Amino acid sequence: MAKSQPTLKNMILALTLIAAGSATGLGFVYELTKGPIALSILNKKLNAIREVVPEFTNNPHDEMFRLPTGEGDSLEIYPAKNNGEIVGYAVNSYTPDGFSGNISLMAGFKPDGTIVGISVLEHKETPGLGTKMTEPDFSGQFTEKNPGEFLIKVKKDGGQIDAITAATISSRAYCDAVQRAYNTLRKGGIK
Amino acid sequence: MNQLQNFTKGFIRENPILVLVLGACPTLATTTSAINGLGMGIATTFVLICSNVVISLLSNLIPDKVRIPAFIVVIASFVTIVDLVMQAYVPDLYQTLGIFIPLIVVNCIVLGRAEAFASKNSVLSSFIDGAGMGLGFTLALGLLGAFREIAGSGAILGYKFIKGDGILVFVLAPGAFIALGYMIALVSKIRKTSK
Repeated sequence: MAKSQPTLKNMILALTLIAAGSATGLGFVYELTKGPIALSILNKKLNAIREVVPEFTNNPHDEMFRLPTGEGDSLEIYPAKNNGEIVGYAVNSYTPDGFSGNISLMAGFKPDGTIVGISVLEHKETPGLGTKMTEPDFSGQFTEKNPGEFLIKVKKDGGQIDAITAATISSRAYCDAVQRAYNTLRKGGIK
Repeated sequence: MNQLQNFTKGFIRENPILVLVLGACPTLATTTSAINGLGMGIATTFVLICSNVVISLLSNLIPDKVRIPAFIVVIASFVTIVDLVMQAYVPDLYQTLGIFIPLIVVNCIVLGRAEAFASKNSVLSSFIDGAGMGLGFTLALGLLGAFREIAGSGAILGYKFIKGDGILVFVLAPGAFIALGYMIALVSKIRKTSK
């Protein structure tokens, strides 16, 4: 086949055909992956909830409600119930103060406000440094602590949390996100 | 040039990273660990092969004056496909690679191969060229990632073999430049002695 001549008609035709072809292909792939993408996001959330609250029998994802943080936005709260009785709340909290952008985490509290566990959902921290916040050496410091009497701040800021070596900013941000979750719960009338 | 040479040229002789130094930005940014480097390499390889084949097929249909926008549309489509598929089936890797998956669109290697090779050669040669270049890219990223992971966090593929921290600078940006620099020097030495 001879090389097509660069006339206006040919150029428009070629670009239109290519764009139409690629749009069709993309539409097809989008339809194909829509389900799995939604599922993987949902699974990630459910796994995180399971990690941070006591055992539950309901579906916290269906009973999700929102509470205002008092800073102009709101957080998602997932109540965990065992046979109809509230055993804990998982709060999808965030902080804008990460070393590189937002950190989103799921913090689990007992009804009295004691922290059960924390699981990081999304972050862009430095691998090998800030990413250590997901390890039990750091996150274990929060379990079974009640933010009402336990100051969630790194020791440098007068708190009781040992910051990660060479990742003080990430540690601070982590504390900020947990504190935001606690404050929101308390303001919402839940201790 | 026979097809075997065409395939292997991307490994050392014309390695996109270590000799042509194309696409250094994602290289430096995503090679913090071996698995990240390999994941990025494989995603780019897929895009390279597909775009090379399609562009080679269409090269007679596309008038020269509009070839760059046409190439970019083809490349961007394949990158979006990779983006969606990774999001659906390997969400963890997708999260760590983050913005660098959509940025494969502007990776110089992909457009470079389309312009310099696929638009002038047969479909089969273009396929082989894409695969060879892609594997060369993956190899370079994998090695760089492995080295940075071993030196920086004392681990390989996520398995830690020393207690405590490694040489922290290697997981940070300066370490990427240092490691890449030594790799380029080494490859350049190998190429000179083998001539």
